[in-house]
Amino acid sequence: MPVYSEKVMQHFMNPHNVGEIADADGVGEIGNPVCGDMMTFYIKVKDNRIEDVKYKTFGCGAAIAVSSMVSDLVKGKTLEEALTVTPSMVAKELEGLPKNKLHCSNLGAQALHRAIRDYAIKNKIDIPGLTDKEEPEEDEHACET
Amino acid sequence: MKMRQVYMDNVAAAPLLPEVREAMLPYLGEIFGNPQSLHNWADGAREALESAREQVAALIGGASEEIIFTSSGTEANNMAVKGIARSRAEKGKHIIVSSIEHFSVLNSARTMQREGFEVSLAPVDSTGTVVPDDLLKLVRPDTVLVSVTQASSEVGTIQPLAEIAAGLPKDGPVLHTDAVAGVGNIPVDVKKLGMHALSLAGNQFNGPRGSGALWVKRGVRLLPLMDGGIQEGGRRPGTEDVPAIAGLGKAAEIARRDLDVRMERMSGLRDMLIEGVLGKVEHSVLTGHPVNRLPGYASFCLRFIEGEAILMLLNSHGIAAASGSACTSRALKASHVLLAMGINHELAQGSVLFTLGPVNDAEDVKYVLEKLPEVVDRLRRMSPLYSKYLKEQKG
Repeated sequence: MPVYSEKVMQHFMNPHNVGEIADADGVGEIGNPVCGDMMTFYIKVKDNRIEDVKYKTFGCGAAIAVSSMVSDLVKGKTLEEALTVTPSMVAKELEGLPKNKLHCSNLGAQALHRAIRDYAIKNKIDIPGLTDKEEPEEDEHACET
Repeated sequence: MKMRQVYMDNVAAAPLLPEVREAMLPYLGEIFGNPQSLHNWADGAREALESAREQVAALIGGASEEIIFTSSGTEANNMAVKGIARSRAEKGKHIIVSSIEHFSVLNSARTMQREGFEVSLAPVDSTGTVVPDDLLKLVRPDTVLVSVTQASSEVGTIQPLAEIAAGLPKDGPVLHTDAVAGVGNIPVDVKKLGMHALSLAGNQFNGPRGSGALWVKRGVRLLPLMDGGIQEGGRRPGTEDVPAIAGLGKAAEIARRDLDVRMERMSGLRDMLIEGVLGKVEHSVLTGHPVNRLPGYASFCLRFIEGEAILMLLNSHGIAAASGSACTSRALKASHVLLAMGINHELAQGSVLFTLGPVNDAEDVKYVLEKLPEVVDRLRRMSPLYSKYLKEQKG
């Protein structure tokens, strides 16, 4: 087995919040199947808080555990708080990720970020901490085609 | 109740046959002499070496003096590609290898590129078969070496070696085959195949790892990879690993003795597994050739999901398998074999490979056929690719 922490294994074996939200307020997608991972995050926002979050993930054990952890970290948080979730925070909460799987934590945080931006654009609002720039699609991702 | 344990990753490692282990033990104990010494302590070790040489030669239809013992299949492949190319550099500097070779052949060819050789990659068709004409078209007057695997270690496709050999110009390139996945599992006869050199490894037929051999036809030149003493005719210096070699010899003897029975058994289980998976798992494709494949090899790509996640969930059910997905490789690259067969990156991500061994039985196959659909279903339920596919179907 890949050398994953107990925490990663727990989230992989029993991922939290898997699914889709049909009437989501924001949707964020990242990755592409060529690179091996793809994540779609859905958020439901009420009173500036992430009332519900769900995701679907195509990828390895780390990608699935990262998605689960990101969803746990942001559920119930305000949008501003959710935006402070960084890849390194996700990796740390998962008690570390193997070096060649660190890019999975970037994907998780970025997919969520995109869902929040989607919400902001749809509702024409500014959220402190939300960058309007497109983050690089394959940040630190060793993807060769 | 203890969970059933089903080991189907025999290509990665396979248990030693008890008889092989028994055959090795004396050389880890009282028979410790150096075969090259000139006293009685050498005798037992030297006899072990020479009888193993005969056992290995008999398995592949070669002569015992044509066998060079190595530490692995990888070493044998390195020795063949580099040693033969270097010895023939004055005749020409062009090498042909197939695009589905093991890294020990591919990367050896790359090393020769740095030494001024040109390397051509022979393509394969969608079944992972080298089409002889496609390869033969690449042959030039300065081609000194052609290396084609006998059977792919990733998808199990058996290659038309005899046809390739027949099509090569007489006194033209030396033809080497990496037969590591095949030897011990299917009949191999170097004369019938028309080979000049062949690599094999004991751990692919329940012998010890750390045991391999290169068969080189008499008269074919080869420069050693290492400089040293006179062991293995000076072609592979270093004090011989007598326990490993004795184990390799015993495993070769057993493989030859049991080949027909083993092949029939492995093929039967393999076909049961293949039919079951294709029947029970939607959107699954068999990789490799449907008929010309190694007896123990059942390899698939399962759409919409990723191989590492499949392996982890199978493992949680006590099942061991392998995958050629990008995420399962350290370099995060999909298997070059699958890509060479024209399988796209997305489908290659869903690669899963079951390699059967003598310990497996029909109950093991049934257990895999019970658990694999569960695993696939679970991963598909969380796959955005699968939900997109379902929506497109509806839409």
